[in-house]
Amino acid sequence: MINSRFFPLMRKEFIHIARDRRSLLILFLMPVLMMFVFGYAINMDVKHIRMGICDLSRTPTSRALIEAVSASPYFDVTVRYEDPRLTGELFRRREIRAAVIIPREFARDLGASGVARIGVITDGTDANTATLAQNYLEGLFLERSLSAGGVEFPVRIKSRILYNPDMESSHFVVPGIVALLLIMIGALLTSVTIVREKETGTLEQILVSPIRGYEVVLGKALPYLVLAFGIAVFIIIFGCLWFHVPMLGSWSWLTLFCIIYLFTSLAIGLMISTLVSTQQVAMMLALVATLLPSVMLSGFIFPVASMPAPLRVVSRIVPATYFLEIIRGIMLKGNGPAELWRPVLAMIAVGLLFTVMAIRRFRLKL
Amino acid sequence: MSIPFARVKELEKSYGKTVALASVSLDVGKGEMFGLIGPDGAGKTTLMRILSSLLDPDSGDCVVAGVSVSEDPAGIRRIIGYMPQRFSLYQDLTVGENLRFFADLFRVPRRERIKRTAMLLEFARLEPFVKRQAGRLSGGMKQKLALACALVHTPEFLILDEPTTGVDPVSRREFWSILKKLKETGVTILVSTPYMEEAELCDRVALMHKGRVLMTGVAKDIAQGFAGTVYSVACDDTVGLAVWLKGRLTPEQVRIVGTRVHVSLFGDTGRAIAGLEREAATAGFSIAMAEPVPAALEDAFVAMIAERERRHDAA
Amino acid sequence: MTQPDAGNETNARGKKASGHDYAVTVRDLTRMFGEFVAVDNVSFDVKRGEIFGFLGANGAGKTTTIKMLTGLLRPTSGTGTVDGLDISNDRRAIKSRIGYMSQRFSLYDDLKVEENLFFFGGVYGMDRDSVEARVSELDDMLSLSGLENRMTASLPPGHKQRLALACAILHRPPVLFLDEPTGGVDPVARRYFWDLISTIASDGTTVFVTTHYMDEAEYCHRLSIMHAGRIVEVDSPARIKEKHGMTSIQDVFIKLVDG
Repeated sequence: MINSRFFPLMRKEFIHIARDRRSLLILFLMPVLMMFVFGYAINMDVKHIRMGICDLSRTPTSRALIEAVSASPYFDVTVRYEDPRLTGELFRRREIRAAVIIPREFARDLGASGVARIGVITDGTDANTATLAQNYLEGLFLERSLSAGGVEFPVRIKSRILYNPDMESSHFVVPGIVALLLIMIGALLTSVTIVREKETGTLEQILVSPIRGYEVVLGKALPYLVLAFGIAVFIIIFGCLWFHVPMLGSWSWLTLFCIIYLFTSLAIGLMISTLVSTQQVAMMLALVATLLPSVMLSGFIFPVASMPAPLRVVSRIVPATYFLEIIRGIMLKGNGPAELWRPVLAMIAVGLLFTVMAIRRFRLKL
Repeated sequence: MSIPFARVKELEKSYGKTVALASVSLDVGKGEMFGLIGPDGAGKTTLMRILSSLLDPDSGDCVVAGVSVSEDPAGIRRIIGYMPQRFSLYQDLTVGENLRFFADLFRVPRRERIKRTAMLLEFARLEPFVKRQAGRLSGGMKQKLALACALVHTPEFLILDEPTTGVDPVSRREFWSILKKLKETGVTILVSTPYMEEAELCDRVALMHKGRVLMTGVAKDIAQGFAGTVYSVACDDTVGLAVWLKGRLTPEQVRIVGTRVHVSLFGDTGRAIAGLEREAATAGFSIAMAEPVPAALEDAFVAMIAERERRHDAA
Repeated sequence: MTQPDAGNETNARGKKASGHDYAVTVRDLTRMFGEFVAVDNVSFDVKRGEIFGFLGANGAGKTTTIKMLTGLLRPTSGTGTVDGLDISNDRRAIKSRIGYMSQRFSLYDDLKVEENLFFFGGVYGMDRDSVEARVSELDDMLSLSGLENRMTASLPPGHKQRLALACAILHRPPVLFLDEPTGGVDPVARRYFWDLISTIASDGTTVFVTTHYMDEAEYCHRLSIMHAGRIVEVDSPARIKEKHGMTSIQDVFIKLVDG
């Protein structure tokens, strides 16, 4: 192994990396940028929703209710108005995204029968926010109605959210971005570096030497494994420091699983490099093949369990599906191999599948 | 020549409908400098790539020093040094780094590598540029570096694909003097070129055109086999006369060589040249003399290609 | 030597540049890249209708000079005119007055022959009809008819070369720049190509050509040989050979550049 030809290849690759400072800078800056974009934009909890309140009841009960809503961090009561017919206009002018209308009969009905109606209107053009607003309000009113009515229910709902008690979506998103970036960068780097040698003709010069296929593959892939790992460490630490994502599990297990995951992404890159002959196509294919499934199908945003059956099957061969489970498990739940062996084995299996396919396709000919 | 060092047997290769090689056979002797002469699309590169085991032929085989390309491609790769047509070194690596990389690829031992590298750098007059990145070298220097990289593992058989195309005459001459020195060390060389005058520097050549070998032999013999007569005409207006002759005959029959115009004539050439001289005089050219001269390789090659094209057009 | 006053030329463009004797004039042209002097105080003239050979080793400064003449690069100092237009101030105007064809014919391989012609015509503002008219006018010379629907990639090198030339002269440029136009073409096609160049020049077009084939240099009316950024010789091939007492341009070239 010491005398193997992949060492010179590796050394050469490191020279390439070191001489191309600009690309290196982009490689480290891009993840930070993506982290900001995703970390702040994919905010799954919605806060400070502008709300209008039309209180026709004007009773202590209704005021108490309004107070409760105002106190919630989810809503900013920005408009109070008296004519419910204005509601539509307020939405159209984008002054509010949710409205609560408390009818004149509110206090009376509540007193008489214990059942009162409240109008809740949300802006459906942003369905996500609308649903969340509805849910928050329902929760809020449920709690209020239970205590305000002075009725003791036999069952009291007391919910507790585990592992991410503040429901900070960044805790959830940052590990996802790590999974996303690693597979993307790994596949991109490997495919582009090999295809570049095809384009410049240098591959031809290497292939006429008695080098073996695995030497080319390892010699090209390992330096980028190291580079991608460096980027991985960088973004995880960045995520922990900037977004205060907790790290409850073991760093060493995370490192090991990261490396396995990176191998998978390099295999994808290698396979792409055997299919195309220009750097642009390689780049596009690498992005489409990794980014799209990793965002849409891995459970990064949409839970796998709620996907239609055919997509669930596809999600099984998306390596990010497993790594996402692993990294969230380790960082947020403090899991170890005892709990994570299933996704780990599955990830290794998928990785081997890609590696075998890539090596079979990679030929030492033009 | 007893047993050829490299033997190419009935190679055929097509890319879709395009025939790149149509049953090509060649023998190259040990220590020979063998030239493949022909324009783009003649099949030179395809032949060389198959010989270097980079490409599989549709049929046929090549044997180099007893090793069959189809049976033992790895064995072939140890014997040969190959320099592709396109400059294919790492532009962002220095001269020294490129040499080191290719030496390591062939597992040249350290001590050997250092000795060999120093020798090649001196040979190619590249020592002052060891630390310069290959991308910053001039065209001629790049070619010399590429040659040095192809030689770093001391191959027995050197395959050079158009090493001097697009290189200026001075660098070209230097490159060929390096090749000559190499040949003296016993290396067998297969080199392709579009320049006719370089063909004359080879021991033997194969003239290739559209995937076929038109003729193999010593350049001088091929030139002597020219079927017609080449007349050399001196005139004070060389270019004017050449243009006039091209119109009068066909452009492929006329070329300017130095201060004279060379005209290739066939059949009853004595009468033809006399007639042309009279016509040229009437057209206002003052011709000093027209004398037959030995045909050059280019004259023979051009006549062969033109003949083939005519037959092709007729068919 | 009667030399046009470059300053007056450019200011009075209405004065129809084509009336002058020189297609290209260059005075003390210099171009530096940082500390490196690529073109060093170069002066020469090219007459109208002349085939002017521009020789030199790789890296001698030929490409840099051509880039300055074709308006792609600004000179560091010195002046020059192409078709009477100033190379520093009229760079856009120059581009419509010149044709350019380079070594690796810059055709679109994935377009048909006629699509390439229409495209390059279109770049110079020609509509399909005028392109067609011009192509049939050139057909005697270029014999491209019958190939209109062929894929450019499938053409033999000689045909590609003629197509590239056609694309370069569609807009009737008074000055044609050919940068190693015969690279990779067989000797028969090369002889035909130089016949074409002679024809084009005899119609009054000025041809400015670079080549590494020294036998081609013999076809030029006048030659310049560049070395290390300077022009070391400029004259007719016959006079150059006489001056150096040699029988071929190849020998003179090697003596001047290597000696």
